Amino acid sequence: MNTVAETPLKRLGSLEKNPKLAQWLRVHRDGTVSIFSGKVEIGQGIATALAQIAAEELGITPERIRMVAADTAVSPDEGVTSGSLSIQDSGAALRRACAQARTLLLKSAAARLGVSVRDLQAADGTVRTADRSTSFWECADDALFDCRVDETAALKSPRDYQVVGKPAPRRDLPDKIAGRPRFIQDITLPGMLYGRMVRPPYNFAGPVSLDDSKVKSMPGLAAIVRDGGFLGVLAEREDVAISAQRALRATASWREVDALPRDVHAWLKEHAAEHRVISEKENADAKSRAAKVLEASYTKPYISHASIGPSCAIARIDDGKLMVWSHSQGIFNLRRDLALALGMREDAIVVRHAEGAGCYGHNGADDAALDAALLARAAGGRPVQVQWMRDDEFAWAPCGPAMALSLRAALDSHGDIVDWEHELWSNGHSSRPGRADNPALLAAWHLSRAYERPSAINMPLPAGAADRNAIPIYDFPNQRVVNHYVHEMPVRTSALRSLGAYANVFAIESFMDELAQAAGSDPIAFRQRHLKDPRGRAVIDAAARRAEWSHWKPAEGRGHGIGFARYKNLGAYCAAVAEVEVGHDVRVNRLILAVDVGLVINPDGVITQIEGGAIQSTSWTLREQVRLGARGIASLGWEDYPILKFSEVPVVEVELLDRPELPAVGAGEAAQGPAAAAIANAVAHALGLRVRDLPLTHERIAVAISQST
Amino acid sequence: MAERFQLTVNGVESELEASSDTALLYALRNDLGLKGTRFGCGSGQCGACFVLIDGYPAPACDTPLWAAAGKRITTVEGLGKGGELHPLQHAFLTEQAAQCGYCTSGILISAAALLARNPRPTESDVRAALDRNLCRCGSHNRMVRAVLRAAFEIAP
Repeated sequence: MNTVAETPLKRLGSLEKNPKLAQWLRVHRDGTVSIFSGKVEIGQGIATALAQIAAEELGITPERIRMVAADTAVSPDEGVTSGSLSIQDSGAALRRACAQARTLLLKSAAARLGVSVRDLQAADGTVRTADRSTSFWECADDALFDCRVDETAALKSPRDYQVVGKPAPRRDLPDKIAGRPRFIQDITLPGMLYGRMVRPPYNFAGPVSLDDSKVKSMPGLAAIVRDGGFLGVLAEREDVAISAQRALRATASWREVDALPRDVHAWLKEHAAEHRVISEKENADAKSRAAKVLEASYTKPYISHASIGPSCAIARIDDGKLMVWSHSQGIFNLRRDLALALGMREDAIVVRHAEGAGCYGHNGADDAALDAALLARAAGGRPVQVQWMRDDEFAWAPCGPAMALSLRAALDSHGDIVDWEHELWSNGHSSRPGRADNPALLAAWHLSRAYERPSAINMPLPAGAADRNAIPIYDFPNQRVVNHYVHEMPVRTSALRSLGAYANVFAIESFMDELAQAAGSDPIAFRQRHLKDPRGRAVIDAAARRAEWSHWKPAEGRGHGIGFARYKNLGAYCAAVAEVEVGHDVRVNRLILAVDVGLVINPDGVITQIEGGAIQSTSWTLREQVRLGARGIASLGWEDYPILKFSEVPVVEVELLDRPELPAVGAGEAAQGPAAAAIANAVAHALGLRVRDLPLTHERIAVAISQST
Repeated sequence: MAERFQLTVNGVESELEASSDTALLYALRNDLGLKGTRFGCGSGQCGACFVLIDGYPAPACDTPLWAAAGKRITTVEGLGKGGELHPLQHAFLTEQAAQCGYCTSGILISAAALLARNPRPTESDVRAALDRNLCRCGSHNRMVRAVLRAAFEIAP
């Protein structure tokens, strides 16, 4: 077997926090291996990819792997399942842990057979010499793994891979496609009560006033739970809980606060509290060659997660201990904030992950967990399931932040960019639990002993948050990038898939096309002229080739466009070509994407993530904006928040550039920015004028046309 | 006011007691334990809770028990015959046509209704038939391919 001494990663975060081998896996006598990961399945297929990695290094078939649901009582703390980091964090840790485990198991087998490891042949856990055999399963002994993970353990060479790099079917899909219970919503515990929350769709403060006399007498009602402005109901039947919720909401009133700004983007620019120059390059000589200056402003609205299944949680309080089931992305962080909000010790709380509907960032999952825990306090030891209704999710889950961006650049007389400025205005992109002094959980801000709501923050560069991908990947002699951070938060914002990268890439790549046009250049040739990074050049070439870019046949109302980025300037490379048709609305006919994620663990998984990311981004880009009324969020149902439908979804083609020698990086957030920019550029190509405000709706296009004439 | 209702679900008759305006969804999930039909919006706009009522896809979240009683109801659990998966479900597995899988049950129901009345649909027939179902993860194209594959396997 070939082995490789892979360059040690700078920070193997997951191993630093969870250094013991036994934290990652356990071998069983029945011929299976339990794999413990702190990363959770949110519809992205991570459990399947991690099982592939573990099976590969152990040299066993993936069917022998049991992926254990993340649980604060048994799993390694791997923080949050976010940022397309699970393959990098958990995958890299498991790869090392399983490689070391295999070595230990082989040593143990050699001792058992009285031979040297060199004389052993191992296949799928069976270990043989010429005349005798044993197995990993016979050698299973917890004491064997009572040691630290050796980060320098020899790893299998990608050239010898049998499982990694091959398409693997998702482990969770058989249940989901058969309609078997699988989601947190499907869990029914003995004696379980059904809970619903009663909240208005606007920011409020102080206690709720209500007349609950009629609701109290509803047959099957178990409790009305009230604490300050927090109000919820418990019932024996789910339909009764819903009726009680509706009836209470009709009589309840809260004190409104914080009327929302009318023009959010102007408001953001007026309320920036910190101004940070995040990148600066100076070359006076190049600057002096500036011949033509262009400026443009772009905007992105608030975007909703809009998962098909609203948030849900189950909680049970028994003998002072709280057990919570949640589809949170960060069960340990949730436990910390639950402890804060409930005044409990962390070690009295267990949070277990249960799968929810698709998760694209910080949605209502964590909030629902605190709701369930608060209602469970009134349930006399019975478990409580809280299901948010559709309007709860639209009104109360954090939104992806609105952003305003201004770009300015100078071209020299050859049409080369000699100066570049990028400024952005945005709220923070993370208000996840586990990070602030106050609990970042909705109900905690409404209790009679209310905590102050923490403001969303930005994670630091190089990954960044609002400024994710704001620093151009192109090589410009002069550049200045400024992040204007807005602390005050009229609409609750937090992480939504790709964070600021979506808007920054949309703006940068739109502006690159505007500059290419001013320079009289083809958009692809113009990008290649300013880009040194060979992996970036390769994905642009691959997408252009597959799309037959240079053979485009012009037609009335049709256009094509390109968008490109390296996610976080650290992760996956992605180039997208969009082909659109503009009639009353924009229709994207085809999206072609070329992607480089380094080593590919599950090709089908990567393609699925890229396809899904591109389609979701098409929906954001063409349709989506959270509507704001004077009182609060006015998009409370699908009629107010349309997303792309089956008949509107483009053909999507994905080409993977395999780089088995390079570290594997995540794919879930690589496509959003490039797809949006490609669509915007294609629309500009079709119309001969540019729409700079998202989403690219009929109304926006009409405004752009009227402004241009 | 609780009343008694007779429901015929997946060919099995059951009796349950609930108020007559209770949505069929909760009777299926909580009284009959059929969890495959899922709550999405409560107003028939997303398709996650679709079931077949006398062969037509309908939102269980928006169908009161009084309207469902006496009708032939099929849920995702009842699509296959004799403990086997429906060819659509096999095709969804072959095409790996799901990400989170939460919308899948409702989409299978819409697709089954389509194939029952149009065994050889075109791609645009499939897309039109699924337009009442929302998918947020972006698995649309895989699901369309899966429906076309199942159609071919049922009626080659």
